[in-house]
Amino acid sequence: MTRPPTMDPIHPAPHPRAGESSTWHALVDGQLPPAQAQALREQLQDDQEAQATLAHWQAQREQLHALHQDLLHAPVPDTLMAAALRATDRREQQAQWWRWGGMAASVLLAFVLGWTGRGQWPAVAPGKTLATGNGTTLLAAEPAQRFAQQAAVAHAVYQPEVRHPVEVTAAQQDHLVQWLSKRLDRPLKVPALGAQGYELVGGRLLPGDTGVRAQFMYQNSAGQRITLYLGALAAASTSPDPASDNTPRPQPPTTASTTAFQFTQDGPVPGFYWTDAGFGYALSGQLSRTELLSLATAAYQQLNP
Amino acid sequence: MNRTQVIEQLPGLRRYARVLTGDAWAADDLVQDTLERACSKWLLWRAGSDLRAWLFTLMHNLYLNQRRALPALAQVDIDDIHDQLPGARAPSDDALDLERCLQRLPADQRAVLLLVAMEDMSYEDTARILGIPAGTVMSRLSRARTRLRALMDREPAPSPIPAAHADAPAAGAVPVLRRLK
Repeated sequence: MTRPPTMDPIHPAPHPRAGESSTWHALVDGQLPPAQAQALREQLQDDQEAQATLAHWQAQREQLHALHQDLLHAPVPDTLMAAALRATDRREQQAQWWRWGGMAASVLLAFVLGWTGRGQWPAVAPGKTLATGNGTTLLAAEPAQRFAQQAAVAHAVYQPEVRHPVEVTAAQQDHLVQWLSKRLDRPLKVPALGAQGYELVGGRLLPGDTGVRAQFMYQNSAGQRITLYLGALAAASTSPDPASDNTPRPQPPTTASTTAFQFTQDGPVPGFYWTDAGFGYALSGQLSRTELLSLATAAYQQLNP
Repeated sequence: MNRTQVIEQLPGLRRYARVLTGDAWAADDLVQDTLERACSKWLLWRAGSDLRAWLFTLMHNLYLNQRRALPALAQVDIDDIHDQLPGARAPSDDALDLERCLQRLPADQRAVLLLVAMEDMSYEDTARILGIPAGTVMSRLSRARTRLRALMDREPAPSPIPAAHADAPAAGAVPVLRRLK
């Protein structure tokens, strides 16, 4: 054949043959401007062969459209759904990473403060509140223990969740904090644990035996998850405002409604919990006591600057 | 970006993969691989750009890579196995014929035809997804349509459009007569 190739990929448009063929396809595929489509239809009106070709292509389109339409309405298999959720979570984590990168300086500062404050803990924490061998001599009120238990259960329930680990993701952190502050009737802060390698996944609202509770979930790069659980304990109203205690160092007050850190292994996962002005906090995770203490310390220091 | 945006794409991706691969299991595997791929490639996706086109792009790269990696004998003639093919309902004979013929198109022609004619993608999007020039989209589309027509008619391609001769020396080798094993 002496005719040059009709479809030159480098100069697709200028070639007249290519143009002709392309416009036929574009006509069938609805990718011509209306006026041009109308003109071409009129031009090809009496061309039997062209009409037959166009009709055949149109029929092909319709047959292809009909193929496996059922899949568009069929339920998606769980494995694919899980893969999709892993993909979106990953995307959110990366977006979050960039955003948190902008906060690197403040995180670093928090880390430095946390590190220097860390050595002072044993001196600050009253001895009576540290867990003792027989465990029953703790002064912690029973509500606090129940609180810690509920925190551990809540952790165990949501930690393995692939699809819905949180109700509101970290991407909407402002909304998350506003919402939970309103529901818990107290301005909440979400501690940043990036310096410890944990990024916020998000949070959720939960029922507790003395009212509403909030759970913030964090995750490190290895997929290890920890949760910070908080909410009002029963007799909260009479306790002093922690803000009035103007100590520069983190120092858990020792009023009746306040305790220092306590370690618990009674629930499904270990954790540290403490109460502050009638408000309970529990940090839970399948981690060593030392790691949990370091995380709880970091959280406490940010919650009580 | 939220989860529903990705989840909304799943049925379309499954259906497209189903027709592209001609096999229900291979299709879901391909979709799964595409999602895994997305995990490691998110940084390359610009927020706000067309998520569907991007996922199709990932899927195509995977599909073509897989085909290149497969030894020739991994190809099975759909005639021999269509009784075993899983399906929620028995498709009509016409649909089976069409699927069988689609599988006999070269993969790159099939991809163009499906993106344009089944997915209603614009020629520009099709070119972007497949990473080929716009002119190549048109030539492949033309050859795919011509050859599919020939396959469906069970006769050698009469080539109604001159463009069909472009860069396809193998166009004369009528695949309908060849059994791929």
